[in-house]
Amino acid sequence: MSTLEQTAAAGELTEHHHGPASGIGRWLFTTNHKDIGTLYLWFSFIMFLTGGCMALMIRAELFQPGLQLIEPAFFNQMTTMHGLIMVFGAVMPAFVGLANWMVPMMVGAPDMALPRMNNWSFWILPFAFAMMISTLFMDGGAPNFGWTFYAPLSTTYAPPSVTFFIFAVHMMGISSIMGAINIIATILNLRAPGMTMMKLPLFVWTWLITAFLLIAVMPVLAGVVTMMLMDIHFGTSFFNAAGGGDPVLFQHVFWFFGHPEVYIMILPAFGIVSEIIPTFARKKLFGYASMVYATASIAFLSFIVWAHHMFTVGMPLVGEVFFMFSTMLIAVPTGVKVFNWIATMFRGSMTFETPMLFSLAFVVLFTIGGFSGLMLAIAPVDFQYHDTYFVVAHFHYVLVPGAIFAIMAATYYWIPKWTGRYYNETMGKVHFWLSFIGVNITFFPMHFIGLAGMPRRIPDYALQFADFNAVASVGAFIFGFSQLIFLYNVISCIRSGKKASSEVWEGSHGLEWTLPSPAPYHSFTEPPVVK
Amino acid sequence: MDAELKARTRRTIAYSVMSCVAMFGFGFALVPLYDVFCDITGLNGKVELRAVEAPAPEAVDLSREVKLQLTAVNNESMPWEFRPMKSQTRLHPGQLLQTAYFAHNTTERYMIAQAIPSVSPSEAAPYVHKVNCFCFDRQPLFAAEQKEMPLLLSIDPKLPAHIHTITLSYTLFDITPAADNRVADGGRNGL
Repeated sequence: MSTLEQTAAAGELTEHHHGPASGIGRWLFTTNHKDIGTLYLWFSFIMFLTGGCMALMIRAELFQPGLQLIEPAFFNQMTTMHGLIMVFGAVMPAFVGLANWMVPMMVGAPDMALPRMNNWSFWILPFAFAMMISTLFMDGGAPNFGWTFYAPLSTTYAPPSVTFFIFAVHMMGISSIMGAINIIATILNLRAPGMTMMKLPLFVWTWLITAFLLIAVMPVLAGVVTMMLMDIHFGTSFFNAAGGGDPVLFQHVFWFFGHPEVYIMILPAFGIVSEIIPTFARKKLFGYASMVYATASIAFLSFIVWAHHMFTVGMPLVGEVFFMFSTMLIAVPTGVKVFNWIATMFRGSMTFETPMLFSLAFVVLFTIGGFSGLMLAIAPVDFQYHDTYFVVAHFHYVLVPGAIFAIMAATYYWIPKWTGRYYNETMGKVHFWLSFIGVNITFFPMHFIGLAGMPRRIPDYALQFADFNAVASVGAFIFGFSQLIFLYNVISCIRSGKKASSEVWEGSHGLEWTLPSPAPYHSFTEPPVVK
Repeated sequence: MDAELKARTRRTIAYSVMSCVAMFGFGFALVPLYDVFCDITGLNGKVELRAVEAPAPEAVDLSREVKLQLTAVNNESMPWEFRPMKSQTRLHPGQLLQTAYFAHNTTERYMIAQAIPSVSPSEAAPYVHKVNCFCFDRQPLFAAEQKEMPLLLSIDPKLPAHIHTITLSYTLFDITPAADNRVADGGRNGL
């Protein structure tokens, strides 16, 4: 009996035509939201390891002052590619993968609204990133102008491979936009009867708002790289002062995309944490409606704060004051969220399984990242902090123990539903503690070296920064290698974990937990009724 | 999927795609919007690149004087000699000032340059009126040729009272197209 079940779980059972196709064709031609979710998640994990290797190369070079391992030119390519791969290849596809897996199951839909487009939007990505990574082997090397690709560094002074970079960005933009349209169409049209908007799980709500952000700003990104392309190849002068253009214009257009982009990378994380904390606190989420409104306000505010990334370009005082205060305003809805998470845990009967540990670390460390963000929002102070390691510390605190920890929490939380098996709890806890300690050893010292004046994106530095840099490098290697535990845990969970019940967690709530574990290949073909 | 659901989904897609196209357009619309914004507010020190009428003589505000500093900057790799004939002058608002910049093509080839002005403090930018300026046109110079390039301007009498010094800076860019280069230097670069 158990042998039979194992065969079934391995996805090899083809006795009736409702199961997945066999072989590679299953993955190439699939229109099933669960298959595509899996593809997205594995893809983003591979990109996470790739970008991580680049980060470790950077940290290895910075272990000591002076140049030891890599050339400055290659160092610049590493910082650029690390940023691009982590933002567009790891964090964003991971969230889209989670949305693919969970949104239909959470709203009681049989699949995504546009299954074929779903297949397409995934399969564009490997090609986009193959093109982007191939620039490393081209004459003149990969893009070396930083992930923010400021003109004229990325136009007049760019390596020839910049054109490949531009088309890679176009392709991943198209992929994200199609993914976003699909998610919006699913959430708006395929909800089960009785699933009103204000009954949607928060992960679904945050993704709906994220999808609107994607639709609003990914085309602007496509626009700005198109302008670069025209400046480089067709003789226009959007960003070239000699022809009447303006390099500062680049920064305005880029950050008009860039600031909403950082919320695209954190709002789904808010949703994940809002699912996990109530489960392990065994209480309902505190302040559901305020969570929804807070998310929407953050999304709205993200459109009017972009110039706080460019306080030092020479803005008039009025502009600095406006962008300073509107930026600080974002702390209010974010504070509401943190308050609600804490209030949810208050007097709950909490247990600390791995997803909960990652979520708790998220709340604490994301808040630290938020506070350093508030410091950077103060325009006169930013003149000192701009382009230092303080900025590096800030955005890594919100992205690594923010977005990445939330993705890991989500994986541990939902993997029993995906595979029908529990991961190894002890191994999960070891992974958590090594990651938690590694992340803090890596990024906390960066606050101090930043305040002391060490600029970012440099391969060599003054001697007084040596000790903290060595500490940060040690932490980076702890964090980096502990991810292999995660990989091993996921693989052994798929192959031989302990069987999971359909509820999986004692305090779980929501439609996805009414399905058996593993979730059948086709779920909710008959829409459930939500009371 | 029933027909009603299909129609709803199609509507959602149509709206989403339209928003995408609109936002792509908006990205490009930011370019003129940015210029218009800079024009109206004078932020960014951008100044109008078109001639205005010479001011009427009776509009001169003799009650105060403004110090006008003229500076010249060569953009990276621009080999010309480029400087103002007079780097500092005092004038009344409304008074017409005639001066010039000196340019010397120090290379052995035909080159075209373009000067881009910028005003500091940026608050003063909308009050600097150019009647004639070498920055309105491209400036071609043959090998080793020299030229005095005229500049005719006035300061608007509406200039806020707290501004006493205005800096007008020109950056000179090499805009010689690569093709012209080859023809104009008699094919020397090709040898």
